[in-house]
Amino acid sequence: MIDTLRLTAEEAARLLREREVSAAELYAAYRAAIDERDPELHCYLHVCEDDGGEGIPIAVKDVIGTKGIPTTAGSKILENYVPVYDATVIERCKANGLRVLGKTNTDEFAMGSSTENSAYGPTKNPWDPTRVPGGSGGGSAAAVAAGLAPWALGSDTGGSIKQPAALCGNVGLRPTYGTVSRYGAIAFASSLDQIGPVARNVRDCAYLYSIIAGRDPADSTTVELPNAVELPEGEDLKGLRVGVPREFNEHEAIEPGVREAVQRAIELCRELGAEVGDCSLPYSVDYGMPCYYLIAPAEASSNLARYDGVRFGYRSPNGGDRLEMYERTRDEGFGEESKRRIMIGTYALSAGYYDAYYGQAQKVRTVLAREHAQAFERFDVLVSPTSPSVAFKLGARSENPLAMYLSDLLTIPSCMAGLPGLNVPCGLSEGLPVGLQLIGPQFSENVLFRVGQALETAIGFDPVPARLVDV
Amino acid sequence: MSEWETVVGLEVHAHLKTRTKMFCRCELEYGAAENTRTCPVCLAHPGALPVANGRAIEHTIKLGLALECEIASSAVFARKNYFYPDLPKGYQISQYEAPLCGPGRLVVPTAEGDEVVRIVRAHLEEDAAKTVHAGGATGRSVGADYSLVDFNRGGTPLLEIVSEPDIRSSEAALRFLRLLRQTIVELGISDAEMEKGTMRADVNVSVRKQGEEGYRPRWELKNMNSFTFIGRGIEAAVREQIAAYERGETIGQSTYDYDPDTDRLTVHRSKEEADDYRYFPEPDLVPVEPTAELVERLRAEVPEPPGARIRALEQAAGFDVAYALVTTGRDALYAGLVADGVESRAAANWVMNDFAATGADPGAVDIAGMATVLKTPSLTRDALVEATAASALPGFSAADYTSRAAVSDASELGPVIDAVLAANPQQVETYRGGKEGILGFLVGQVMKETEGKADAKAVNALLREKLAQDA
Repeated sequence: MIDTLRLTAEEAARLLREREVSAAELYAAYRAAIDERDPELHCYLHVCEDDGGEGIPIAVKDVIGTKGIPTTAGSKILENYVPVYDATVIERCKANGLRVLGKTNTDEFAMGSSTENSAYGPTKNPWDPTRVPGGSGGGSAAAVAAGLAPWALGSDTGGSIKQPAALCGNVGLRPTYGTVSRYGAIAFASSLDQIGPVARNVRDCAYLYSIIAGRDPADSTTVELPNAVELPEGEDLKGLRVGVPREFNEHEAIEPGVREAVQRAIELCRELGAEVGDCSLPYSVDYGMPCYYLIAPAEASSNLARYDGVRFGYRSPNGGDRLEMYERTRDEGFGEESKRRIMIGTYALSAGYYDAYYGQAQKVRTVLAREHAQAFERFDVLVSPTSPSVAFKLGARSENPLAMYLSDLLTIPSCMAGLPGLNVPCGLSEGLPVGLQLIGPQFSENVLFRVGQALETAIGFDPVPARLVDV
Repeated sequence: MSEWETVVGLEVHAHLKTRTKMFCRCELEYGAAENTRTCPVCLAHPGALPVANGRAIEHTIKLGLALECEIASSAVFARKNYFYPDLPKGYQISQYEAPLCGPGRLVVPTAEGDEVVRIVRAHLEEDAAKTVHAGGATGRSVGADYSLVDFNRGGTPLLEIVSEPDIRSSEAALRFLRLLRQTIVELGISDAEMEKGTMRADVNVSVRKQGEEGYRPRWELKNMNSFTFIGRGIEAAVREQIAAYERGETIGQSTYDYDPDTDRLTVHRSKEEADDYRYFPEPDLVPVEPTAELVERLRAEVPEPPGARIRALEQAAGFDVAYALVTTGRDALYAGLVADGVESRAAANWVMNDFAATGADPGAVDIAGMATVLKTPSLTRDALVEATAASALPGFSAADYTSRAAVSDASELGPVIDAVLAANPQQVETYRGGKEGILGFLVGQVMKETEGKADAKAVNALLREKLAQDA
């Protein structure tokens, strides 16, 4: 009997290698789990049939293009769209024997923090189905938490891997910008988008990162990794300098239960031998979000221009001339949040406003990068809560875009600076997972994995939602 | 002299000669079946990313060097956003604030001295796809039943060269354009053929009073693809603008189409409706940073500029002939013939008249062989025509033609001339009546009788002699 709630990818690989289970049995176990629990959770937009392959299954966020498998980005405008090519990360997964289990739910074009902006209905949090799984990658995070996939691929623009991982109690890495190819990933905001792994533990997360990372000639913004990915082994943190940025840890939006769990994790760092010190990043939290909400929508307004009904995807049946066809297709095909961001972004790039908005936001971005770089002169990692709150109720923030945007308050600054960030579960508050965010300098993934692994072992967090065990 | 002065600035586009498209690996092939040279990148499928064509970048730098431009140390691609079915991404990747080539100049030689046209910039972009409007009366989008798009052309590397409004007449515009075209062709970076659409120009025209400072609003004549029409379009715009000013009207900045059939301009769109392209740096591409080594290597590949060669030839051939020879790429042929002993005027005559009419490649001519033919005294006209036709073909042999010297011997020609005079008594009378122009007719008759083998000069002399004797 395969317990998909607890099976790690590493263990699954061992079972396959030693022929204790067959690939077909493994696949069938996940299909059975999906059949049992996904009707309630709605993690998947599409589940694939067993193609007879030999490898470990993987869930893929539906913004990542998969050849021959529907890819909608959670949008009606890509309803029935089937890519003619695989994203580079999918090619790499396949080359390493992984098999696509299905496509997971996402806020439309990855724009959101709760997965409620999906045109195909929200995903529910496996810890409490009355709550959101976070977003935009709520489908991938919830699938891993609920044992509907051993691991998954996500994408992160301002927190779409880290924040759902925090709310669902799993490990998620937003890699250094440029280390993972974006080729084939449906673009939201190109200068911020990064694909990354979501897993049940840090070692699986590191292993999946090692598969997908590296320069891709098809993505000009990628680079070679300066050093190979190391699977973390260590238990202590001797010699490690941990910075606790005040603005990220004392913000009024942080819930007390979240603050306590994070404080305990920081204490553990000290007990594990790390030097812990306070620091200040005065601009990052206050300016990160407003600037993000200029740059990301600006790029999105351009990236989403290709959905015009001419070549693929949804085309309005309501006729009209060329211009009317564009307008109706886009009006009927895009959801509210996408339209809001297209409008904000179009405005921010318009003649006469560019310098004040987009141009200025890019300058602030440089300031944020410098501010982080200065902190890394003193510290190896910075810690904070990943999300100011635990998973919130479905619908609680969907009427108030600004409240929703606050969900990413603490994840956005490092995204703007192009830095890697790892979410590691650090305990429960009100019975819901709390995520610890570890931020490092560019290309410091190995350090993040080492710290994450040490804390994971020390904390002993059980990633399985209690309500699923009781069933 | 008119009190009005013409002011012209040009934006010249040329398709660059590369094997593949600007941002993908689709091969460029003129005349390939519709939509057979496409891929996810140039069709703008979701997730596809551009990769810049290194050869196109080198071509652009070479052009910049030939125009004495500053070569950017960091050039940035930018997105130019607008909706049209021939633009699948909804934006064109171009260069905006940081083009590859900065200010430069082209010195255009004239018989009266040099005209310097300053170059504002030269940059690299991608061409749009081709739209074909079907049905309707005009072949334009308005009134068409439907439109088809051929994406083969979409993504072709396109060089744009922008001049300052330094040009003061339609003739000067054509002199500049022909010299620029020749420069481009000799760099080997483009075929720059207007008939094939691999070169086209937007022409900015305004007028001002002689001695007036600054410029008045300009009319932009879009997509001009013939030297003749550019000249006539400028003249039409100048004529209409002067007439409007003299009626006391004001003129606004507008875009016009020039209709060569009516010699009239029709408004394309006015400034008020002009698009806001919302340019911003293309986040999917990294800046182009040409190394000093690359620039120096390319500089070494730039040939002697055509303008200098015009000056070098001017003394021997006269300015007009020198300009015509160089801007049609036939000056090396001329120089070769002269070096091989052909008299200058005869060489120029043959190159610009006889040879030019064949449309053959001047680089393929057997110069030494052709010089031998041209120096052959009393060559028959037929032999010269045949030699000209074969001069650029493989297997050309001068001996095939030089043996066909014309008959000039009086003993052979005498009887033929006698017969011609006897058969045309009326013309003989006319000649003797003082109208010596009739001699040409009689020469022609002799040539006809001898099947072109007679030496025209000898026939001429013999005829005069006979007509004088028998009088």
